[in-house]
Amino acid sequence: MQEGLEIIVCVKQVPDPEGPPSAFVVDSEALRVVPKGIPPVISPFDENALEVALRLKEAHGGSIALLSAGSGISQAVMLKAMATGADELLLVEDELFDCEGPDSSSTAALLAAAIRKKGGFDLILTGRQAADTNSGQVGLGIAQMLDVPAVSLAQKVEVFDGEVTVERVLPDGHEIVRVTLPALVTISHEVGDLRYPRMADIKTAKERPRTKWSAGDLGVEPASSVRARILELSQPVRERQCCIVDGDTPEEAGERLALKLREAKLL
Amino acid sequence: MAGYEGVLILGELGDKNQAAGITLELLGLGGKLAQGLDEQLKVVLLGNNVEGAAAELPQYGADKVYLADDPVLGSYNPETYLSLLQSVCEDEKPRIFLAGSTPVGQDLAPRLAFSMGTGLVTDCVGLELGDSPGLLCTKPTYGGNAMAVFVLDTMPQMATIRSRVGEAPSPDPSRGGEVTKLDTGAYTRPSRMEVAGQVKEETVGVKLEEARVVVSGGRGVGGPEGFSQLEEMAQLLGGAVGASRPPCDSGWIPPTSQVGITGKIVAPDLYIAVAISGSSQHLSGMSDSRHIVAINKDPEAYIFKVVDYGVVGDWRSVLPAFTCKLRELITE
Repeated sequence: MQEGLEIIVCVKQVPDPEGPPSAFVVDSEALRVVPKGIPPVISPFDENALEVALRLKEAHGGSIALLSAGSGISQAVMLKAMATGADELLLVEDELFDCEGPDSSSTAALLAAAIRKKGGFDLILTGRQAADTNSGQVGLGIAQMLDVPAVSLAQKVEVFDGEVTVERVLPDGHEIVRVTLPALVTISHEVGDLRYPRMADIKTAKERPRTKWSAGDLGVEPASSVRARILELSQPVRERQCCIVDGDTPEEAGERLALKLREAKLL
Repeated sequence: MAGYEGVLILGELGDKNQAAGITLELLGLGGKLAQGLDEQLKVVLLGNNVEGAAAELPQYGADKVYLADDPVLGSYNPETYLSLLQSVCEDEKPRIFLAGSTPVGQDLAPRLAFSMGTGLVTDCVGLELGDSPGLLCTKPTYGGNAMAVFVLDTMPQMATIRSRVGEAPSPDPSRGGEVTKLDTGAYTRPSRMEVAGQVKEETVGVKLEEARVVVSGGRGVGGPEGFSQLEEMAQLLGGAVGASRPPCDSGWIPPTSQVGITGKIVAPDLYIAVAISGSSQHLSGMSDSRHIVAINKDPEAYIFKVVDYGVVGDWRSVLPAFTCKLRELITE
């Protein structure tokens, strides 16, 4: 077996999903969400995927390439991710990403083409779904296009002797799935958070190799592979009229809450 | 797009090798679409010893059931399932293909969509027929901060659907349907993938997804000890305990208890949120609950905007008094 693992981690830049609901302004005309006062971040499940890659690199050696497709990708966001221990940055920028144009299908086609252009790999890792589209298709799509086996929703990933063993999350536990390398695994948050980079590493991360491609460089016409189009976008109505139950002490408020629920016949 | 016809549903099996609840819900939902199109409703069911389950499906509205019954299909292997399902879809050319947002559906539907070169909208909360032949699929995006309606341009039009979106039809034993057995030998190919087994966590008491009352705790609960107090109240109300993501990440409670867009989606009659601030990711998993109660010490917490009853105060003082009074009222 060759030395070390060549790992590609696909990461997407999204508006910080931990932001308050008011930070996601829905523009129903332009059919897009405009983030207000929240920074761009790497989609949290993709951060989890990067953490898995870093652990595998620690255990087996090898290298990690970060791959991201989008438009207006923030240098600072990518540098911070690179500084945790990635070796190379691959960016695919296309103006299709300026609007809500790309769907899972066109995004997977772009990423698969970029991976082909890069060349060999042992393992591709992606988050289980992106925090903006919440779709969960791109990882499995890339695997299908590259014809490698894929396992979704991993809570643990181990590599041994040319095989990857995955614990796949189920609603009431997990299952154990083994696939041969090269393979693709989509990562769930149970694996744990991405480590923090050291300041010194953020400085040196700037010097690591970086490649930027357009869709044209990859020989892909992403617009032609769009299969799902947004017709309407709206702000969901979740707000309710809250009846605040109070009392002179917190204990009294607690008792009154119980009485209130009985009054409303909820017990 | 000529030649594509009917609605095909991916059937799944429940605990006792019977059709799963989600499958019956999809029959309800798919039945309406099929009726609107004046076309057939079909189900494909893969598994081991599932003839009984297949025979039940016509009562719930299935005009045709395709059945693959083979010991190899007793556990879900994506590559085997995909090869069978793809050949059914290529032969049957359904206009619409529906699966549940389940561990199998959310894994298999994207694989099928990409192998067939067609579009898929996942995790839908609504489906509607648009102008012919478009299927309009409504789904939450941005962690539930936006609601998007998608239309699919390619056939089959594929969607995965959350549980409780459709309603199971009442069974009509007089209703007939055709059950066709598929030749599994021809499709089951050697796989690059081995499913080596499952590890199930024992659930004590009521299942979170099925509970009529859910008592959930957030970061503010502070540790596993706090969750045993929540457990006490849940037991009193015959409910289950849930959590937002931070307590699961901190190991205070198993990750299977997580309520939210990446955990379980619940809609009980009564949801009690203890020390939960109300992140979008959590709200997306519970905001369809009938009645919602929040206890939180921060009067500005977002959760108070989306609940019916709220108490502003430290849960450590509020909850024991609340539980004590509840016990008194219930045993009265």
